[in-house]
Formats: sequence, C-alpha cells, structure tokens
Amino acid sequence: MSVLVVAEHDNSDIAPATLNTVTAAAEIGGDITVLVAGSGSAAAADAAAKIAGVSKVLHADSAEYANGLAENVAPLVVALAAGYSHVLAPATSFGKNVLPRAAALLDVQQISEISGVVDADTFVRPIYAGNAMATVKSSDAVKVITVRTTAFDAAASEGGSAAVEAADAKGDAGLSSYVGAELSSSERPELTSAKIVISGGRGMQNGENFAMLEEVADKLGAAVGASRAAVDAGFVPNDYQVGQTGKVVAPDLYIAVGISGAIQHLAGMKDSKVIVAINKDEEAPIFQVADYGLVADLFEAVPALSKELDG
Amino acid sequence: MKVLVPVKRVIDYNVKVRVKADQTGVELANVKMSMNPFDEISVEEAIRLKEAGTATEVIAVSLGAQQCQETIRTALAMGADRGIHVLHDGDLEPLAVAKMLKAVVDKEQPELVILGKQAIDDDANQTGQMLAALLGWGQATFASKIEMGAGEAKVTREIDGGLETISLKLPAIVTTDLRLNEPRYASLPNIMKAKKKPIDQFSPADLGVDPAPRLETLKVEEPAKREAGVTVADVAELVSKLRTEAKVI
Ligand SMILES: Cc1cc2nc3c(=O)[nH]c(=O)nc-3n(C[C@H](O)[C@H](O)[C@H](O)COP(=O)(O)OP(=O)(O)OC[C@H]3O[C@@H](n4cnc5c(N)ncnc54)[C@H](O)[C@@H]3O)c2cc1C
Ligand SMILES: Cc1cc2nc3c(=O)[nH]c(=O)nc-3n(C[C@H](O)[C@H](O)[C@H](O)COP(=O)(O)OP(=O)(O)OC[C@H]3O[C@@H](n4cnc5c(N)ncnc54)[C@H](O)[C@@H]3O)c2cc1C
Repeated sequence: MSVLVVAEHDNSDIAPATLNTVTAAAEIGGDITVLVAGSGSAAAADAAAKIAGVSKVLHADSAEYANGLAENVAPLVVALAAGYSHVLAPATSFGKNVLPRAAALLDVQQISEISGVVDADTFVRPIYAGNAMATVKSSDAVKVITVRTTAFDAAASEGGSAAVEAADAKGDAGLSSYVGAELSSSERPELTSAKIVISGGRGMQNGENFAMLEEVADKLGAAVGASRAAVDAGFVPNDYQVGQTGKVVAPDLYIAVGISGAIQHLAGMKDSKVIVAINKDEEAPIFQVADYGLVADLFEAVPALSKELDG
Repeated sequence: MKVLVPVKRVIDYNVKVRVKADQTGVELANVKMSMNPFDEISVEEAIRLKEAGTATEVIAVSLGAQQCQETIRTALAMGADRGIHVLHDGDLEPLAVAKMLKAVVDKEQPELVILGKQAIDDDANQTGQMLAALLGWGQATFASKIEMGAGEAKVTREIDGGLETISLKLPAIVTTDLRLNEPRYASLPNIMKAKKKPIDQFSPADLGVDPAPRLETLKVEEPAKREAGVTVADVAELVSKLRTEAKVI
C-alpha cells in the first residue's frame, strides 16, 4: 500500500489540515508521499518533508499552481496517482474543489469526508448532516478520499526527514484564471484548529455586538465562529460559518451564544468535547447537546463571563 | 445562451433523519422530500440570468425515481422553461450522475451548468467538479457571486479563508453556495403554468451510462449520542465548572 497526500499550503507553510490528512494516511498504512504543487513553494515542500511519518515529498513548482486552481492541479494528481493505492486530501475548500475533479478523470467514485478508517477499502463517513454514519467499501482500483480533519489528530510537523523530489508540471489548462482574494485576517487561532471556539447567532442582533464575543475569545485564546443566520444577516464574514455547509469544528470547548441549535448548525460542532450554550429560551434545542447550559440574556451573560474570566 | 440546472430530490432539510433499525440506510418512507436547497439557489440564479437577458433558456434536469418529476415541476414553477428526467430506481453516486449529466450536456450544448455545491443528504460535494472534469470545462465551486461577461464568467467563491474571485472561460460549471441569492417562491399561476411545460424522459441506457454504484454501503448507524448535560445557575457557576470539572479553561 502507498498513499499520496495532496497538501494544502500557501507556498510557504503547510496548512494544519494537511497534518490531519497525514494521520488518516498513516491509519490506512504503507508509505506516505506528500504532493506539494505550488509556485515559489520550496519552503512549503521543505516543511512537508519534516512532517513525521512522510517518506517522500513530490514537489511540482510552476506558475500554473500558484493559486491551487482545480483545472491545473487535478491533471497533475491524475498523472501521479498511478503509483498509489490511495489518494487523500483534506476536506477543506481546497480539497473539496480539487479532488473530485481528479477522481472523475481517474474514473473513481470518491469517498467524501471520511471520519474513520476500517481497513484499506472500507471507511466511515457522516451523511445527512452527521445524523447517520455510513460504513462504505470501495471497489475502485485507486481510492480517492477527502478527510474530515477534526476526526484525525494532527501529525507532528517536525521530526520527519523525507526526500524532496521534483515532479514535472503539466502546464496551464487555460480554462480558468485567478483574479484575487479577500481573506479575513485575524490574530486569533484558525477556526477549525482552535482549542476553544465561541460562536454567535442571530441572537447577537448585529455585527458590532460580536465585539463582546471577541473580548471573551481573546481572554481564552479562542477563535470566533457564527451560525448561518448571523452570516446571512451580514454580522460576520462567510468564513465564520460553522455547520453542515460551513466549517466543521471539534474543539475542546465550544461556546454557543444566541444560537438555537438547528440540525445544520449541530452538524458542524456536535463532536466538540465540551459544549456550553447561552440562550434565553430554555426550550432551544442547543441545550440538548450542551454539557453546560445557561438560560440567560446574552447581553448580561457575556459581559459577566468576560469579567469572571479575569477573576 | 442555454443554462442547465441539475436539481436533486432529497429529504427536506427540516426533517430529523432516522437510521433504519436494520442499519441498511435511513428511513425514507413517508418522509417529506424537497428540492435540495442549494439547487433552489441554482434555479434562482439561472432564472435571474434569463430575466437579465443573458440566458435564453433554462433547463432543469433531475436523475432518480419517478417522483423526481415533482422536483422538476418545482423548478418549472419557479421559472425554468423545460425539464429532463433520467429515470432510475436505486442509488446513484456522483460519478454516475456526472456521467449522465455529461450526456445531457452533449445533447443540449448549454454554455453554463449551475449545480448545488452539495446535496444535503449524502453531503458528497462532488458532482459539479466531476462533471467539469468529464467535460474538460472550468469550474467555480461554492459561488457567492456570478458576473457574466463576453465568453467568460467572473465568479466569487466562498473559501475557508474568506472570498476568492476567479475567471472562467465559457462554457463552464458553477456550483452554488448559500449566499448567492435568495430563491423565490413559485406563485400559484406559475405553478399552474408549470404543469404544461414539457419534461423529456430518458433512461441511463439511453444516455449510454452504467449507473451501478462503485461503493457498497456495509451499514448505516446512529452517531454517538451525547450525554445529557446540566443547567448552571449563573456565569460564576459556569466558569467554575469549566475550570474544575471539565478542565477546559
Ligand atoms: C441548506 C441549508 C444549509 C444550512 N447550513 C447551515 C450551517 O452550515 N450552519 C448553520 O449554523 N446553519 C445552517 N443552516 C441554517 C439553520 O437551519 C438555522 O436557520 C440557523 O442555524 C439558525 O441560526 P441561529 O441559531 O443563529 O438563529 P435562530 O434559530 O434564529 O436562533 C437564535 C437564538 O438566539 C436566542 N436569543 C435571541 N436573543 C437572545 C438574547 N438576548 N440572549 C440569549 N439568547 C438569545 C434565541 O432564543 C434563539 O434560540 C442551513 C440551512 C439550510 C436550509
Ligand atoms: C445509505 C445511503 C442511502 C441512500 N439512499 C438514497 C436514496 O434512497 N435515494 C437517493 O436519491 N439517494 C440516496 N442516497 C444518495 C446517493 O446514493 C448518492 O450518494 C447521491 O445521489 C450523490 O451524492 P450527492 O447528491 O451528495 O452529490 P453532490 O455532489 O453533493 O451533489 C451536488 C449537486 O449535484 C447535483 N445532483 C446530484 N445528484 C443529482 C440527481 N440525482 N439529479 C439531479 N442533480 C443531481 C445537484 O445539483 C446537487 O446539488 C443514499 C446514500 C447513502 C449513503
């Protein structure tokens, strides 16, 4: 068995999601090769070589890989896939965009967002917003898989010493081009890998009130998230959304403030170790998954929480 | 310009899904079914392109059991012009769906195919990307804004870090995210009119595709249940429990 992991990176650093994917690869077994496709990405390739458990890094460095466009990265994955029994990528917006394109070109039915490895052909994945767990077995020659990062620990980013080998670039497919990006910048930890997350919902009433959550977040070293209702209402940007169709998080502590607990929201946070809910409606479904529930007006409870944390 | 919109019939998003006792799947009998919410967004976007004079015809296509025709009728009532139904009883996987959609695209020659980013039942998030691959077209997944230009489309995508804009050569594939638009409700007169709009029917064999699944579902189980928690009286008790009992802060 041999596993090819398609790395997510920004040309200088390896994204944490790649480390969780390497752990999933290790559970499958066999040699692990990491593919770094980028432009001016030598630092990312070197970082990949240091990941514990990785035996080889394939480095394709060319202008057409600068922004991870699926039309360019997928043919590269396809060209390399022949030598491997499994091709894995994290189930992030990068992996979800690129890997199905490669799978179709390989005539393989991809297995999306696995949360468990049973054996080399058999995997567990959540369906119906995590209300059911399906165990599926693939009959394809190569298994193409995206990995739910919260279900696997991160591999150590140091300790490995894999060889870096250059891989031939495949050229620009000429189908798409990168125009630009508006990335949210924050000093806080990244939502999907933070140990503590505090999220606000429609109950927050407006974007300014999120400052209350940010104050608590900074005292706890937490990331700030939101429900879809809060994002749709424009309180916070889209990348804050936690849920079935947003980000999946599983921190040690998740604090839901002014969030009712719709199925689609729970799908993104119910695997958190400890869940706290602050809601003025004692009937809110969020209390059914909360370890600690506080029935209170958030406009009193959140400032009080901030003060209490100073104590 | 023709726009093709694949619409999937799924369990309504308000239904609490139950796993069958024999672990073969989830309970679908007597459960409310609706159009996948992301596909409503696709239909809305296609109709807006038609209203803006960019699109000339909007075709809704659904693959699956006979009842998929209801889903197509919903799209027609929203404003799509005609429907295509590929009749197949039994499970369909994204690769097979993408192959059949490719055959439909080869027939209809649309300039744009708008799909949902994921279906809320299987959450696979694959079909659009696979269709793009099979056609050799560009793809813009998770779209929150589409601007049509001459021979190209500029699409803003919701990505993990924020927003990204890419430009695609037409013909192309777009998959919709939640904030692209707010789908309209069909009016009663439009629901009546939709009954007269044509729906063509094909079989997978007509399209030259073998729909047999590649994945075997061995079992479907309930996820681990969370233990019931406690209600705390105030913030002081909450913080003290988090510190001394849960030990997470
Ligand atoms: C296709 C689809 C995909 C979706 N994907 C997602 C997703 O990924 N993530 C997601 O979150 N949702 C998603 N949703 C939406 C989901 O169904 C809910 O609509 C949404 O989660 C509700 O957000 P909310 O809890 O903030 O708002 P509401 O349900 O309106 O709840 C607000 C809560 O705040 C409480 N509140 C109000 N004022 C106060 C106060 N002063 N003090 C304390 N509490 C207060 C209220 O009691 C209430 O419980 C999706 C829906 C669809 C159809
Ligand atoms: C245990 C289990 C039981 C299942 N039972 C059923 C069942 O009884 N009936 C059933 O229909 N499915 C069932 N499914 C789902 C089915 O097998 C496929 O997995 C699913 O059709 C494809 O994945 P997806 O729709 O999540 O793809 P995605 O890639 O998430 O879909 C994205 C988009 O592709 C388009 N699309 C996808 N499928 C279709 C379609 N059929 N017609 C038109 N457009 C489409 C839509 O635009 C959709 O928004 C079951 C799955 C499992 C695991």
